[in-house]
Amino acid sequence: MAEKLPPKERMKIPRQGMPEQDAHERAHNFTEVNLGLEVAAAEHEAQRCLTCSDPKCVGGCPVGVQIREFVDLVVAGDYLQAAAKIREDNVLPAVTGRVCPQENQCEGACVLGKRFTSLAIGNLERFVADYERQAGQVGLPERAPLTGKKVAIVGSGPAGLSCAGDLVQRGHDVTVFEALHEIGGVLVYGIPEFRLPKDIVREEVDNMRKMGVDFQTNVVVGKTVTIDELMQEEGYDAVFIATGAGLPRFLNIPGEHYGGVYSANEFLTRVNLMKAYDPDEYDSPIYDCRGKNVAVVGGGNTAMDAVRSALRLGAGNAYIIYRRSREEMPARAEEVHHAEQEGVQFMNLHNPVEFLGNDDGYLTAVRLIKMELGEPDESGRRRPVEIPGSEFEMPLDAVIIAVGTGANPLVQSTTPDMATNQRGYIVADEETMRTTKRGVFAGGDIVSGAATVILAMGAGRKAAASVHQFLTTGEW
Amino acid sequence: MFAIKEARFLAQDIKLFRIEAPRIARRRQAGQFVIVRVHEHGERIPLTIADSDAEEGTVTIVVQGVGKTTRLLNMLEAGDAVCDIVGPLGEASEVEGIGTVVVIGGGVGTAIAYPTAVAMKQAGNHVISIVGARTSDLIILEDEVRAASSELFVMTDDGSYGEHGFVTQKLQQLIDQGVPIDRVLAIGPVPMMRAVAETTRPAGIKTIVSLNPIMVDGTGMCGGCRVTVGGESKFACVDGPEFDAHEVDFKTLMQRNALYRQQEQAELAQIADDPDRCERELAPCRLQQQHPEVGQRVGQTTD
Repeated sequence: MAEKLPPKERMKIPRQGMPEQDAHERAHNFTEVNLGLEVAAAEHEAQRCLTCSDPKCVGGCPVGVQIREFVDLVVAGDYLQAAAKIREDNVLPAVTGRVCPQENQCEGACVLGKRFTSLAIGNLERFVADYERQAGQVGLPERAPLTGKKVAIVGSGPAGLSCAGDLVQRGHDVTVFEALHEIGGVLVYGIPEFRLPKDIVREEVDNMRKMGVDFQTNVVVGKTVTIDELMQEEGYDAVFIATGAGLPRFLNIPGEHYGGVYSANEFLTRVNLMKAYDPDEYDSPIYDCRGKNVAVVGGGNTAMDAVRSALRLGAGNAYIIYRRSREEMPARAEEVHHAEQEGVQFMNLHNPVEFLGNDDGYLTAVRLIKMELGEPDESGRRRPVEIPGSEFEMPLDAVIIAVGTGANPLVQSTTPDMATNQRGYIVADEETMRTTKRGVFAGGDIVSGAATVILAMGAGRKAAASVHQFLTTGEW
Repeated sequence: MFAIKEARFLAQDIKLFRIEAPRIARRRQAGQFVIVRVHEHGERIPLTIADSDAEEGTVTIVVQGVGKTTRLLNMLEAGDAVCDIVGPLGEASEVEGIGTVVVIGGGVGTAIAYPTAVAMKQAGNHVISIVGARTSDLIILEDEVRAASSELFVMTDDGSYGEHGFVTQKLQQLIDQGVPIDRVLAIGPVPMMRAVAETTRPAGIKTIVSLNPIMVDGTGMCGGCRVTVGGESKFACVDGPEFDAHEVDFKTLMQRNALYRQQEQAELAQIADDPDRCERELAPCRLQQQHPEVGQRVGQTTD
């Protein structure tokens, strides 16, 4: 156990770097890039916390993790208690420690960041969550006495899991319905193994099972069963819809039907969920990227995940084609940095106008146009504008479209008395997460549009509080 | 795991399975499909539901062993189980108030056309069925389709059974005879469906085909099953699987279906002549061998 150093001493400690696999080596394997902090580094890092009386970091966290308290417990060397402290507000600490965009959230708000570099909160969160898991002593929260109320959660991604965790703690009978064969949503089909090992997701899900959550895979709500059937025939008192933003957006340019053109959803699902990177063991095929020119269109986290996956599948050249510049990229800074280190080539300020193919139906090239930045648009980012006459062709064997997703209509179309907006997303109150249908709540990407794991978890938490209130008061 | 209640070959390499899946059985409508994953390391494949029994809680699928997954699946027997089955997916067939319908099933496509023929007849339409196959041994569900139809024509390419010729020849004959046809539903190999579309196009008969492109999730999430219909990209899993045959770009469909041919052949080579490997892969599906108590539960003795 360490004593807390005086503030001046704390500020002298540099931010502890995250050890990682060598960039050349990791570009060819799917094992995790970041290796995790050693105990000494974690202690050092935790010492840097200024223990502010009004911690700004907590305000930056969508689920309100008690950051100062858990970091103090790290300083005290009580890693298990530190993990338990996080779990009070966050059911997936080993996940969020790895995938949150901390630079825009807790660490972005950290006072240290103003003069030095911010506290590595994400790395510390990951450290204690991994410590707890490796110790095999997960500090699961106590469950309240059973209420006898049944809640159905539609979708087992971050929003669904977070809501399920909170509601089961409050003593409700919680069933999570998942359309795919594995629990975790985007955590298992979207985020690659090298960024989030699937064993970690599985263990977090097992923890929730131990807490009493019932998981049912292979149930497509809207097809296998409707919301009305769940409530009227299967006795659910409330439903939380967290189906995510699952509909892939294409560019709607000529040639998107060619073999070798993928949506990021398909490419990543084949790689992650179906384990196409391990063809000796798994049967699902994927385009043979070895030695080929593979490009990903887009600049978000999904684009980085896809391009780095292509590289690991053996792509000879792996490109990012992005219509704005590096500054506007929505991806986590660390992912862009890692992609650069691994040899991904960035073609910023370029946009595809047409895909070209051969007579057998395979992609052979892309026609690109150069872009420049104009006036800011409604997102506040400078609008990309085509430079006339700048079109050129680039040979390409495979391309992955990662330009966002839309709302999957399966649940909404079979729940006519629940309002949706023009883009097909479910209308839900920002605070209570209530939809226009009594007893039905919604949150995460299916309400907000595509966002992050932690924002979805935040929505799940809010919904859980609101569902709990509805179930205990009966008031709508 | 989803238990297989019945498994029997209808023809060489074509096997019928009745699988316990109560939720799917309850909601399934003609034209819809399921996605099946045989074992934990397997791929997800779409299969049209041939029949269902809501009371008993089972769905029936008919599988032709072509690639690795379908061949492994066809090695399973009653008492075994598949790892995953999810559905019912896709839109149901439109069957109300059509009039005279010609339902065409080619090869294993007959099993897919059959439920829609039943639903068409139940909805009060006049159903003429044409069932075709390469040779007599490959004609399946003849009695079932006969029962669902007002008239049935059986065609074989080699003339070994029924009439000699292709299903399109029979269809052309009906058109030439002036049989008033309001709609044609054709399900079978892509070249057959394309040929049917070209037969009905000049006559202006609305023609529907059921497409079975490569899929992963089956819920609209991946877009892998996109087909070009009327110049637009559609997802067969949620917008289909049935589309207007005169609008479908069959060439692109065939090219997309061939995307993984190399890998498929490599996978097939892995299991060919290696029954031990097949059994190793299928071990988790062999419920009774692992858990004799499962057999007892369905009323069989294990001693």
